[in-house]
Amino acid sequence: MIGTTSVPTKVLRAVLLGLWLVITLFPLYWILVTSFKDPGSIAAFPLRYLPQPWSLANYVSLFENAQFGTYMRNSLLVSLTAAAAATLISLLSAYTLARFEFRGKGALLMAFLITQMIPAFIALGPLYVMMVDLQLVDRLGGLVLLYVAMCIPFCTIMLRGFFENVPDALEEAAMVDGCSRLSALFRVIVPVMTPGIMAAFIFNFVNCWNELFLSVTLMNSDANKTIPTALNGFISSFNIEWGPMAAAAVLTIVPTMVMFALASRWIVEGLTSGAVKG
Amino acid sequence: MAVLDRAPRGHRPNPGRTPAPVGRSSKRPFTVRRGLGLLGFLAPALVFVAIFTYYPLLKGSQMAFQQWNLFDLRNTPFVGLANFRTLLANPTFYTVLEHSVVWVVGSIVPQLLIGFGLALLLRRHFRFRGVYQALAFFPWAVSGFLIGILFRWMFNGEFGVINDLLRKAGLIDTNIAWLADPTLAMFSVVVANVWYGVTFFTIMILAALQSVPDELIEAGALDGAGKVRTLFFIVIPFIRTTLLLTVLLRVIWVFNFPEIIYGMTGGGPAEQTHIVTSWMINFTSQGDYGLASALGLIVVGVLVLFTSFYLLALRERDAR
Repeated sequence: MIGTTSVPTKVLRAVLLGLWLVITLFPLYWILVTSFKDPGSIAAFPLRYLPQPWSLANYVSLFENAQFGTYMRNSLLVSLTAAAAATLISLLSAYTLARFEFRGKGALLMAFLITQMIPAFIALGPLYVMMVDLQLVDRLGGLVLLYVAMCIPFCTIMLRGFFENVPDALEEAAMVDGCSRLSALFRVIVPVMTPGIMAAFIFNFVNCWNELFLSVTLMNSDANKTIPTALNGFISSFNIEWGPMAAAAVLTIVPTMVMFALASRWIVEGLTSGAVKG
Repeated sequence: MAVLDRAPRGHRPNPGRTPAPVGRSSKRPFTVRRGLGLLGFLAPALVFVAIFTYYPLLKGSQMAFQQWNLFDLRNTPFVGLANFRTLLANPTFYTVLEHSVVWVVGSIVPQLLIGFGLALLLRRHFRFRGVYQALAFFPWAVSGFLIGILFRWMFNGEFGVINDLLRKAGLIDTNIAWLADPTLAMFSVVVANVWYGVTFFTIMILAALQSVPDELIEAGALDGAGKVRTLFFIVIPFIRTTLLLTVLLRVIWVFNFPEIIYGMTGGGPAEQTHIVTSWMINFTSQGDYGLASALGLIVVGVLVLFTSFYLLALRERDAR
């Protein structure tokens, strides 16, 4: 890792990195292959490592026999709304935590951190009762509220790290020029932080998109199910139909994978800045 | 808003600049305007987290001492420690605790070792490193639940690709029913979790490695330390704190992480792959939130104890 790198070292490094990449990508490859197989050839020997013949039957059945289009729309709607709201709210709290000293700040950060460590199941029952009282059970809006709350603590911690990398001279200059603090934040700081904010938004989106237990508990009508709830229905059935299941998995993974890949640099930065600096 | 003072932030790498007068603002007397200003920015986050996270968490902790079933909401008397007694009298509770330990240790040790290795390999810049990371970190974009489903399919006893690959490699002759045998099933869920969690360690350790000054490593090389010795006597001590805290956070997180098991085996066969939090799902799906909450509180207790001992042990070692 230091000094001159000899050719054998380089080769060894490339081989090891390549090996891990294969191991990492293999499950994805396998679910892709499965999803494009003809339903009859999924459970047939010998196993084929490429679909023969290629077939879209699994995808077709997903949209015809199950309301997968509806589930995707619901997931998209809930995740986009909740992620945007949570990012906006966290922007304000993160800014405050990054720029000001006040009594109780440590306690507040701790309170946010603790939410990440307590088994969420403790809250599940009371949340259900609460949503019944608010008449928000089986409503997409209710799920959005819970997801916003779910995203805020970590998003705040992540964005706070980004704020600390932006010199405060920036908003001071704007405030000397007559901006209020709020407009300085949105006109001067936010544009500089766009990559970080996008990363936080994507992180929130992915978390909402993937959330399982809240949505299983709250959404019971078919018209309001999100993707994870639907998948839960698929695997709970006695005989799992692996073809449509694979197609559903692919449709669930690909959007978030693309988003993550595009923003991976900033997400990594956001995740690690706190840990390494602090 | 203009009355607010900026916080001194000494830890930013900012050579050339005199440090801000530390403590100036924090020592200033608390004024109503200042307080209101801060509150305005913090309020939305506080309200959401208080109402939808802390209130239900506290309410749920209370349920641990109640008979509380979703299908019998009219009748929720306080029952003292009865829920805890029920759990402790259940032999499955102890199996599940044991499995939680296997799950945590069996997952985290390989995750740490592989993650450390990968981070070392990724430390030096190379062409396409960004692309490599974007691809190799993809498990992060996927939910544990879905990972469980993917591995359930790969470990399938009849049509699973893992059996097929092992047979092609000549390692086995007949298919193994991975998820039907309790021990093998536990092994399989741990394998899936190792695969899933390596990314986290890689990211954290890579960041820590990049914080090690090059001069430090070069000095070691000049003194004749080989690569292995540089690693163990210079690099690892330098990033020790980050390493130990990452492990701690990860232990807590993995202990609380039932999604892979839920998607892969559902706790089966015969409840033999449950960890505490996946077992908890059984109670919530039966609507028995009293028992589920009691179990949740036990988890919190175990984790608080573990964290205290862990941190205490670190302090002791540092003091010596």
